[in-house]
Amino acid sequence: MTEILRVENLAKSYGTFEAVKGISFTVREGEMKALIGPNGAGKSTCFNMLTGQIRPTRGEVFLDGARITGLPPRVIWRRGVGRTFQITGTYQSMTVIENVQMALISHNRRVFSLFGRARALYRTEALALLDRAGMADQAERPCSVLAYGDLKKLELAIALAHRPRLLLMDEPTAGMAPSARIALMQLTAEIVAEEGLSVLFTEHDMDVVFAHAHHIMVLNRGELIADGNAAEVRANPQVQEVYLGGGMLFKEIDHA
Amino acid sequence: MGFFIAQLLTGLANAAALFLVASGLSLIFGVTRIVNFAHGSFYMLGAYVGITLMGVLPGVLGPHFGFWGAIVLTGLIVGLAGALVEIVVLRPIYRAPELFQLVATFGVILVVQDLALMVWGAEDQMGPRAPGLRGVFRILGEPIPKYDIVLICITPFILLALWALIAKTRLGVLVRAATQDREMVAALGVNQRWLFTGVFALGSALASWGGALQLPKGGADLLMDFNIIGPLFVVTVIGGMGSLPGAFIAAVLISVLNVFGVAYMPQSTLVLMFVVMAIVLIVRPYGLLGKEEVAGEHGQSGAPETPIRPFGQRGKIAVAGLLLVLALLPLVTQPFALVLLTDIVIFALFAASLQFILGTGGLVSFGHAAFYGGGAYAAALMVTYAKTPMEIAFLFAPLGAGMLALVIGWFCIRLSGVYFAMLTLAFSQLVWSLVFQWRAVTRGDDGLIDIWPSAWLSGTVPYYYFTLVVGVLGILFLRTVIHAPFGYALRAGRDSARQAEAMGIDVKRVQYVAFALAGALAGLAGGLFVFAKGSVFPTELEIGKSFDALIVVFLGGVKTLSGGIVGASFMAAVEDWLTRLHYWRLLLGLLIIAVVILAPEGIVGSARRLGLRLGLVKHTEAD
Amino acid sequence: MLELRDVNSFYGKAHILQDLSFSVGCGEVVALLGRNGAGKSTTMKSIIQIVRPRSGSVTLAGRELVGQPSYRVARSGIGYVPEDRRIFTALTVLENLEVGRQPRRDGAPFWTVDALFELFPNLYERRNRLGKAMSGGEQQMLTIARTLMGNPSLLLLDEPSEGIAPVIVEQMAHAILRLKAQGLTVMISEQNLHFARVVADRAIIIESGAKKFDGSFEELAAKPEIRDAYLAV
Repeated sequence: MTEILRVENLAKSYGTFEAVKGISFTVREGEMKALIGPNGAGKSTCFNMLTGQIRPTRGEVFLDGARITGLPPRVIWRRGVGRTFQITGTYQSMTVIENVQMALISHNRRVFSLFGRARALYRTEALALLDRAGMADQAERPCSVLAYGDLKKLELAIALAHRPRLLLMDEPTAGMAPSARIALMQLTAEIVAEEGLSVLFTEHDMDVVFAHAHHIMVLNRGELIADGNAAEVRANPQVQEVYLGGGMLFKEIDHA
Repeated sequence: MGFFIAQLLTGLANAAALFLVASGLSLIFGVTRIVNFAHGSFYMLGAYVGITLMGVLPGVLGPHFGFWGAIVLTGLIVGLAGALVEIVVLRPIYRAPELFQLVATFGVILVVQDLALMVWGAEDQMGPRAPGLRGVFRILGEPIPKYDIVLICITPFILLALWALIAKTRLGVLVRAATQDREMVAALGVNQRWLFTGVFALGSALASWGGALQLPKGGADLLMDFNIIGPLFVVTVIGGMGSLPGAFIAAVLISVLNVFGVAYMPQSTLVLMFVVMAIVLIVRPYGLLGKEEVAGEHGQSGAPETPIRPFGQRGKIAVAGLLLVLALLPLVTQPFALVLLTDIVIFALFAASLQFILGTGGLVSFGHAAFYGGGAYAAALMVTYAKTPMEIAFLFAPLGAGMLALVIGWFCIRLSGVYFAMLTLAFSQLVWSLVFQWRAVTRGDDGLIDIWPSAWLSGTVPYYYFTLVVGVLGILFLRTVIHAPFGYALRAGRDSARQAEAMGIDVKRVQYVAFALAGALAGLAGGLFVFAKGSVFPTELEIGKSFDALIVVFLGGVKTLSGGIVGASFMAAVEDWLTRLHYWRLLLGLLIIAVVILAPEGIVGSARRLGLRLGLVKHTEAD
Repeated sequence: MLELRDVNSFYGKAHILQDLSFSVGCGEVVALLGRNGAGKSTTMKSIIQIVRPRSGSVTLAGRELVGQPSYRVARSGIGYVPEDRRIFTALTVLENLEVGRQPRRDGAPFWTVDALFELFPNLYERRNRLGKAMSGGEQQMLTIARTLMGNPSLLLLDEPSEGIAPVIVEQMAHAILRLKAQGLTVMISEQNLHFARVVADRAIIIESGAKKFDGSFEELAAKPEIRDAYLAV
């Protein structure tokens, strides 16, 4: 499998505080890779550097071999890096299909068209994307009435609109019921397999991580302490200690 | 040298009142996050209450205790009034969008204006002299009023006292804590509602002390509330919202600058202040001592907006019918009715352009009159100086206003929320002061006259048709844009800027273009206006004009383009009747406050809701 | 003392707490366990009414708390220490304590600044420092001290050990044990089973906002499948 994303020695400091301390990893084509770790480990900072929201202090990011370090978010998006957010940010005043059409309008550089009906543009493509995400039957509903799990599916459809090479998903299943979590991740896995895109996601639900991630990275205090398959990561004593539990942290107190 | 020092001292003395008022505004904003447009009203109330008390108390307490006692008591009385306003008007709307809060405080301005008129009458009142401080000191041969010296000496103590209150008392600790994290303060058992009321009362008292302290140098009149808003906002914006030392530095800076401006460049005193503001903002967008603000604490009010739809068959017929009626009206009505209708169409276009940027774009512009008046002046200047024929000059109205919007927008779009609102207001004041003071070109408040349309359009009926065609085309253009990809992108940026950026939409650039479009359309309305009236005066650029449009959009309903149009028609019709009443501002103010609190969806939204309840409108899913 | 009955809470559309019920007895130290995102913080916030439950009831000594403003809940004797600490960064340590100060309350330990400095000696040394100049561990102690200034009878501690050096965690454990000895009721949310076991009498495990286990640590030790399913992996 070829490399889609290559991260080299990426770091971000805020004053004297180093949120991410020079991490390196790769994401390969067709791979679903999880980035896990305790709160405040630097996962969001890492994501924000990959998508251009935050400029790294040092290090490089390559997409398909081309350097994208420090490019503006919009440029990185056009190069093929999509993103979904932990708290969904869909357009409440639009219908489901209009949300997808908006992404297609932007993808086709029609944002500054002052004339013509936006509702009529790229409907077929938008419907196809909604169908892929299992949302075609809800296309004409206002976004504001959707159930939470459906919003997540819609977000997925939106993220696929510009045919991304790499999709970053920030806690995709947060706030969902367990059964819905599995369904959403299965859908994502199917799409990944069909479209040949790659997914890098953060997640706190270990069932989701171990069921769907091909590879897992563990971030702790800005450092990558593990990068491997599920079995390797589970067996890693440091990972157990800082994140997965069963750690030795309080032996002193136990004896006291 | 003596002259220089005298000027400096006068400036410092003037800074006292301005600092008091600005510190009150800053304090209120710091804790409640509300920009209190009615702050000038408390300043005015302070002046009036002060005069009354100064007339009564010296007879009881003797001249010295009477004068200073009156000032102290003024603060207590106006502070109580402030508390009342906070409890009745603001408490219900702390979580509402900024626009609602700003409009509500504007309602308070109107109410206070009429109450002041009722109690103190329309005559300007001279302030009494401070006892024992009537004469002047001579400093390097220049006369300096003794009272000025007293003010200069008092101001640092006021700053010190405020600082001590904030830094050293429990109240101050709680206020600072609440400024950072209200929720946590409440979770620690502090009743933040009363904390807010207390801060609002204190801020109002500070404003009233500003009004009372300037009495010996000035007096009280019914325009004080509006006249202070410009300098007040400039001081707060320059100093940084919520920063007391910032307010102090900026008040001194602006006051001294004004005095020297009067001495050396008397034609540009007002402009100077705004130029300084613009320079400060280029370097520091959040003011000298202000901190970057992350907007977004305000939620949506009412039900989520329903997706927009093109008109259905019935809607199209209704609109066509309405247009037909409007087209046939000249055959049956009197000329004066046509004049009123012309005004309504112009106002509707102006309001629709504001609705576009405010409703669809989510950008609360408080200086939209700059483009309306700017368009009117652009056309009028062409006619006056270049003798341009009306047909050409008219085109300069949207063009000039659009260019102006590009310039102002460049500064404003970078900010959001209340900062954006304050900045647009300050810039519109800049335009106003420019027109007001650049007499050589604009003829100041004498206005530009004799701006009549060409022969084929002169007369009430032809010009009515011209206005109708241009107005309707303008509104249809806005509607087209709203339904076009650009309008969708604008709405996307408003609904979720983060998501829009994440899908490759340059939100700021979209907003910038929208701002310019809205400005050009407002200018178009201004162009229609100037040739309808044959003249234009600086009043068309005033804060009041911007607020008229805001209120119209607000009353009509923020969420739909028709809101602006319905609101404009409603206002124009009601105004004609309302302004005949003696205390119409009071009524209007109360109406606005009631709408904000009780029917935040405006006329169109409320009518729709009523229609739903009665089964007249089809129920859609989002209702 | 504290009772939650069928509490349902939402963040926007996300259904976080789903019919959650449990109770905490007087003088007890209860650990609320569960993975990140299981709903521990939301449970705490739903008690103090920062998050308003959409249905269900939360009672303190029989008094209904749902629908009351947070400050009333706090004054009725619940002290809340948030997960993200939320100290007032622009205020000094002493001023932070001042914000929390409330009058003496019957049936609850009464705290003075001096008593708190004795409990957390580090804070005394830093008493005039600004909140933002403190380390994470010191900030955590400050939030607990600040909350104790309100003389609560029930203390809610949201993930006190999160992101803190082990040596500080140890100090904190001792502090909590001292508070327990003074008769304070404590509810503590944790991901760290070891820390929880040291300080708490009872464990409640939640997952996806619903209760999965409620019992002593001995019972929990006897059910490794529960532990594996909801805590470790």
